[in-house]
Amino acid sequence: MFSRNYREKTIESVLFAVSALTVVILFLICLFLFRDGLTLFEDVPFLSFVTGKFWYPTSVNAQFGLLPLFLGSLIVTAGAILFSVPLGIASAVFISELASPKVADFLKPFVEILAGVPSVVYGFFGLVVLVPFIRETFNLPTGQTALTGSIMLGVMALPTIISISEDAISSVPGSLKQGSLALGATRWQTIYKVTVPAALSGISAAVMLGMGRAIGETMTVMMVTGNTAIIPSFPGGILDPVRTMTATIALEMGEVPQGSDHFHALFAVGSVLFIVTFLINLLADAIKKKYRFKVD
Amino acid sequence: MAHLKTYAVLTVLLMGLVFLGIGCTDNEAGEEGAPSEEVPAAEAQGISIKGSDTVLPLAQYEAEQFMIEYPDKSVTVTGGGSGVGIAAMIDGEVDIATASREMKDSEFENAEANGITPLEHVVAFDGISVVVNPENPVSELTFDQMRGIYNGSISNWNEVGGEDKEIAVMSRDSSSGTYEYFKEAVLLEDEYRPDALTQPTTGAIVSEVSMNPNAIGYIGVAYLDDSVKAVSVDAGEGFTYPSPENIISGDYPLSRPLYFYTDGEPGGLTKEFVDYVMSEEGQNLILEVGYFPVQ
Repeated sequence: MFSRNYREKTIESVLFAVSALTVVILFLICLFLFRDGLTLFEDVPFLSFVTGKFWYPTSVNAQFGLLPLFLGSLIVTAGAILFSVPLGIASAVFISELASPKVADFLKPFVEILAGVPSVVYGFFGLVVLVPFIRETFNLPTGQTALTGSIMLGVMALPTIISISEDAISSVPGSLKQGSLALGATRWQTIYKVTVPAALSGISAAVMLGMGRAIGETMTVMMVTGNTAIIPSFPGGILDPVRTMTATIALEMGEVPQGSDHFHALFAVGSVLFIVTFLINLLADAIKKKYRFKVD
Repeated sequence: MAHLKTYAVLTVLLMGLVFLGIGCTDNEAGEEGAPSEEVPAAEAQGISIKGSDTVLPLAQYEAEQFMIEYPDKSVTVTGGGSGVGIAAMIDGEVDIATASREMKDSEFENAEANGITPLEHVVAFDGISVVVNPENPVSELTFDQMRGIYNGSISNWNEVGGEDKEIAVMSRDSSSGTYEYFKEAVLLEDEYRPDALTQPTTGAIVSEVSMNPNAIGYIGVAYLDDSVKAVSVDAGEGFTYPSPENIISGDYPLSRPLYFYTDGEPGGLTKEFVDYVMSEEGQNLILEVGYFPVQ
């Protein structure tokens, strides 16, 4: 008896150690990211970093202004969400409510394969197909714009949004839908007045997670947005080139002299990115927990 | 059920790929493992080279030919940018750093601090050509015009003899040696215009310029093909086209040396490889890749 107990305990603690490892790793990432990021503020005032309008990291009078990069990320992500949310929810409704099981089973793996396409492939597709298309359609000097990035990121956020919303929609209790139908509502009325509102918390969480995916994406945006570090105007800036925080880090990390202000500035940008995605994930989690559907 | 099947097929395919990968590494390890017992110095077996993406095709081709000639020796070449290669050499990770620009003072200081004395070898010359879309009527630019286009004072093609269209200016990211070289040679004291499009690779510049009639970019001559048009440039002594003759003779103003950096006087396999690149045979290979020999 004792030895069995002992073994169980050992296994339990090994499993605990493994799962604790993820927390430790996250903690260490935070530590190193923030340590190097905060070093920037020894030389550059915090306010001039956060509110600076210019990102000239290699000039003689180097300027590290976060605003153009932050707003660049924001405009691309917002565009991606505008593009992917209606499409994603519509697909989720179709898959879980309207499609016959056969069709749904056929569609689902394709949605998930979409998630598995490497981002460089999306980027390449965007570069050779979407970029010329956008340039010709809007008669622009270049097709490498925030809009191009938004569309590509929208497509990439789709699988997250579809599969999580689909989960939420199909977990709405059948009794609710049957009640609605029994009262004489049509199928469509049931979907948009009952099923979707009932699944709204799950759908919101899906949108937040899709947003997290879009804001952290690097390779694709770097290939199709032109990477111009100027503050995008609103709303016309959607047709101008922009540079996101992720692309800045990827583009400049290679050459940056270790320990320089520029190096620390990239870490500071990374910290901001980390905080933003962390908050988005927390928010998604909170929404999911707080408004979990309680009818049973 | 249908998608379970799809998963199964995909999983099997994936596993197949993974095993393929394992198979490859095993073989290499086996081949390298045997002789290493006889010769204790690991450096004698293989060297690694890292650095400029501009030098990459050259270094790769030289390495391939070198290994065909001496099958028991291995030379590994990777890119990443001049700065990446130099940093790796300073950290002692690679035997040769390739660069499309000279080492900076700050890098020399870092190297000294790490006990490394970088030695410069000029192995080839590269021409930088300024490219536009083949549909663009502009085929000549002076240095002043290029400077204007890249610092932001010229924004329309009609200011340099073209159509009334806004110029889409393509630049490289700051990790690129070509970025630094172009800035020094053309922009002089100026900064790149802030609204220039930063492309992560030379290939991206070629692809955008070939599809976009408003675009201008700068690329290494080795990347020139029919999809883009190289313009003749004038540094004050008349327009010169980036032809091989003009670059070798030094008439073309936008040409630069390509470097290998080693830690001190090279020895062992590093020396053999550098000597091979500098030999007549090695220098002929350089021409085949699209660069220009030193001798």
